[in-house]
Amino acid sequence: MQEAMIKRAKELLADGTVNRVIGWKKGEFFYDATPAVFRTAEELDRQFIFDDFTQANVSKYLVKESRKDGKILAFLKPCDTYSFNQLVKEHRIIRENVYVVGVPGGPKLDIEKIKAKGITGVLSVKNENYTLKIETLYGTEEMPFYEAISGKCESCKSKKHVAYDELIGEDGEVLESNRFDMVEKLENMTAEERFNFWQNELSKCIRCNACRNVCPACTCENCVFDNPKSGVDNKAPADSFEEKMFHIIRAFHVAGRCTDCGECSRVCPQNIPLHLLNRKFIKDINSLYGEYQAGADTTTKAPLNDYNTDDCEPSIVHERGVE
Amino acid sequence: MQVNENFEPVIVAFCCNWCSYAGADLSGTNRLNYPANVKIIRVPCSCRVNPMFILRAFQKGADGVIICGCHPGDCHYTSGNYFTRRRITLLYSMLDFLGIERNRTRLEWVSAAEGAKFADVMNQFTEDVRKLGKNRRLEDLRCRKQ
Amino acid sequence: MQRIGVFVCHCGTNIAATVDVKAVAEALSHEQGVVISQDYQYMCSESGQDLIKNAVKEHKLTGVVVCSCSPRMHENTFRKAAASAGLNPYLVEIANIREQCSWIHKDIASATDKAIILGKAAVAKVNLNTPLTAGESPVVKRALVIGGGIAGIQTALDIAEAGFDVDIVEKEPTIGGKMAQIDKTFPTLDCAACILTPKMVEAAQNEHITIHSFSEVSAVKGFVGNFTVTIKKKARFVDETKCTGCGLCTEKCPMKKVPNEFNMGLDNRTAVYIPFAQAVPKVATIDPNYCLMLKNGKCGVCSKVCSVGAIDYKQTDKFIEQKYGAIVVATGFNPIKLDKYDEFAYSYCPDVVTSLELERLMNAAGPNGGTLLRPSDKTHPHTIVFVQCVGSRCDDSKGKQYCSKICCMYTAKHAMLIREKYPDTEVYVFYIDVRTPGKNFDEFYRRAVEQYNVHYIKGMVGKVSPKADGKIDVQASDLLSNEQLHINADMVVLATAIEPDKSARPLATMLTTQMDTNDFFTEAHPKLRPVESATAGIFLSGACQGPKDIPETVAQASAAAAKAIGLLCKNSITCNPCVAHSNELMCNGCSACEKVCPYGAITYQDKEFRMPDRTTAIRRVASVNPAVCQGCGACTVACPSGAMDLNGFSNSQIMAEVDAICK
Repeated sequence: MQEAMIKRAKELLADGTVNRVIGWKKGEFFYDATPAVFRTAEELDRQFIFDDFTQANVSKYLVKESRKDGKILAFLKPCDTYSFNQLVKEHRIIRENVYVVGVPGGPKLDIEKIKAKGITGVLSVKNENYTLKIETLYGTEEMPFYEAISGKCESCKSKKHVAYDELIGEDGEVLESNRFDMVEKLENMTAEERFNFWQNELSKCIRCNACRNVCPACTCENCVFDNPKSGVDNKAPADSFEEKMFHIIRAFHVAGRCTDCGECSRVCPQNIPLHLLNRKFIKDINSLYGEYQAGADTTTKAPLNDYNTDDCEPSIVHERGVE
Repeated sequence: MQVNENFEPVIVAFCCNWCSYAGADLSGTNRLNYPANVKIIRVPCSCRVNPMFILRAFQKGADGVIICGCHPGDCHYTSGNYFTRRRITLLYSMLDFLGIERNRTRLEWVSAAEGAKFADVMNQFTEDVRKLGKNRRLEDLRCRKQ
Repeated sequence: MQRIGVFVCHCGTNIAATVDVKAVAEALSHEQGVVISQDYQYMCSESGQDLIKNAVKEHKLTGVVVCSCSPRMHENTFRKAAASAGLNPYLVEIANIREQCSWIHKDIASATDKAIILGKAAVAKVNLNTPLTAGESPVVKRALVIGGGIAGIQTALDIAEAGFDVDIVEKEPTIGGKMAQIDKTFPTLDCAACILTPKMVEAAQNEHITIHSFSEVSAVKGFVGNFTVTIKKKARFVDETKCTGCGLCTEKCPMKKVPNEFNMGLDNRTAVYIPFAQAVPKVATIDPNYCLMLKNGKCGVCSKVCSVGAIDYKQTDKFIEQKYGAIVVATGFNPIKLDKYDEFAYSYCPDVVTSLELERLMNAAGPNGGTLLRPSDKTHPHTIVFVQCVGSRCDDSKGKQYCSKICCMYTAKHAMLIREKYPDTEVYVFYIDVRTPGKNFDEFYRRAVEQYNVHYIKGMVGKVSPKADGKIDVQASDLLSNEQLHINADMVVLATAIEPDKSARPLATMLTTQMDTNDFFTEAHPKLRPVESATAGIFLSGACQGPKDIPETVAQASAAAAKAIGLLCKNSITCNPCVAHSNELMCNGCSACEKVCPYGAITYQDKEFRMPDRTTAIRRVASVNPAVCQGCGACTVACPSGAMDLNGFSNSQIMAEVDAICK
């Protein structure tokens, strides 16, 4: 796949369709796949990678890239195309300036899950018939493929590209996913259990802002948390409003816009399951206002910018489930 | 749950200028009592209430927050309260999801003619919040575990 | 550096009796930015206002907080006072310590505490207020009157008299409304048609008045001075411009069994019809529910007999759009449905009628040509029982809680007219109270009792039972003599409660005006602004605001016209400066605000910006048209970046209030 992508990228650079390519390159370690922009065939040959670790969603970079001169080629996995569409819908990405090549999605691998097995000094990982052959400094190890797949791929919602100019490989289908299972499990707990769960999780937060910085819905020119006039900016971290409410406000700001790409939880250094907050909003929106998948198209009105005269009352929250 | 007889909850009520604020005035004109715990903030429309205001109130020590607007269909600005309804439903649902007591949040439609309803709602809401006691969970949410 | 003045009003004892005003003034004097804090007996009085004006000048105030009654009452008063002393009027904030404090709390300590907190919130807010300048927007010199009854006609005539164009939209085929159905009017007993129909003709002939009959308002956009209204002209299947009103089609129409709504269904009309002889416009209308041609495609008689070719079976609803500066609502009333009142046998006994049906039975143009006959057997009734308050002043859900106001007087009128015309008829009136305030009203009622010997009995009718011999047994109690009565009556007349027309509720939604729980339109102030709605540019005329008799309706109609004329006289009006504005540096151009704006006030432009890294970038940013924005604030919450904010109710102002209250 990687070769096919490099070949096509070179062609598109050569015929002038695009003047840049956004994809992934290796970081410090081979599994640190980082989004990168390539300008020449030579750069592509030297650095471009596409493997089991190229998880990052590059859509967000197109907010800035699509405003530069010339067209850019973007390789998008199915989940990334939802974010892409959502950003096009919000006029954040200029569609005409991007040439989208759809590429197959995951499941991608999470190095942390491999390390969690006590496997260290990893040099390379190969998938052979859904068994991972792991070369390490200390010898070869094996583990089942499915035990190492990334959290965001475990509950994949779609293998279908919702936006592309061309595809490499076959397109897939929207999947029946189990992504709301954990939300449901929490909903069925008592309020106190839920509170304890979240207190436990959110107290780990170090406010590194990684979730915000990676989130394709968080593309504000000036984030409210950085704006001294917003009343929620970070003035005195010891006891600021923002620290307490950061995640609620962030989740609310992306409600109805979050495509559930899972990047927030993927990048969280403290492993806080932040995606559960977003999924709670998605689940509520689906059940209260009708099925809605952000980014599925570029025209449907976002549920929070829309209404029905017979929408339910907020008291529904107070009436359902356990307290 | 701690029961403190002397506990006086702090309650913030956001009222839209056209219906609920006028309804609150009417309950004053008719001398209909409700607890002094309730402090009203006037907003042009219930749709002006940013979830950040609600969270801010809780963080600064409010024990209950109630939003009042025109009845659906009666919004002075045609559609404002319909947006309010969705936003606030989702926000309250999220607070519930985080384990915050449900009775600390409420949304009521009170028209300019419903002075009696305004007083009833405030009496009821204050009682509900009083029963819950001091709001600890929202203030605590991020706090390091003790 | 802020220099804020705080003024605490006693409002006589209204505030001072429950709130320690001196303590409030003292507590607020320590708040941030406060340089002077005083209390005074009546802040709204001239000397109270002078206190503010002098303080503004003397202390060079940058903000004023008045702790007093509701801002809905005197915000404008204090803003004007500040403005006259040279302070921007939007640097004034009110802490409502009367309606929302002293009047609802009894305990002085807690009321004082609360007043201090409300004052602190206002001070916190005013610290962040910015001077605002109101813009101007032009006024379209044309008025719309919705409803063509006596209220609408009078309003339209008065507005036209002042030289402004005015359109009447009437949902029925003719204007005239309920008054056209009435026989005589109290307390003068002059003929309703004789005083109404000349006004109808005058409206039709006035060059400034356009009548859209058989039409409805289907959409309203815009705001005071600049409403855009879509009017649906319902298909009447007759070309209004051609029809001469000769009536030949109505004579020849073979479908003659259509209940005649003008006569309350007491007789029949044809499928093509003119509601009554003096209808305006005098144009035929085809009822598609009964017309054989429209239903089955077979007939076409009217088309054949029409000499001017006015019949058009293919006509469809038409929509016209028109701009107006002012809108007057005159949608009137209807008697309530009596299907929940089985005890009065209305649904199955034809000789139990409503008062409005009696009007038609007694009207010379009515089904019996003015002779009062029982609907069942067309015989002359000798004993008639009137039942008052049917559905009015009800505690249960069947009827209305309010007094319908007009029933006492029209019943006295009916009783008197019957006794005058048919002295051999006994007339009984069962009442709870007789209410006759009004010029010459009580004298009128007394004449009915004393001169015409109408039997007024204080008491309730329990049951009305038709008997086999055609008579009606009326079982009632006489509360004064405390005995049960049975009256062997020939007819029973129910003084039915009145309610707002059903079209009022959806109209209120379109006009964004408020209604009370009974669907009567709510006036801006019950005493001081009785003909204005709280929505600027929308005025109220007649019974749509509450039950009214004809003289009151006409008085209010003229008052509403005067208010509308006052608006139309202006070339432009001052806009509310509390509108949204977008901070272009923070705007994402995401269109969320645009999608929630009910007024279409937000547009986008591509603008070039210098970025922090010294490059320039073209960004899509929102801008708000301040003349169109009404200041609801929906956009401010839809905006994820907080670029959109609202003048007068900014994020930081509201947060400051929240902080002050929660501290």
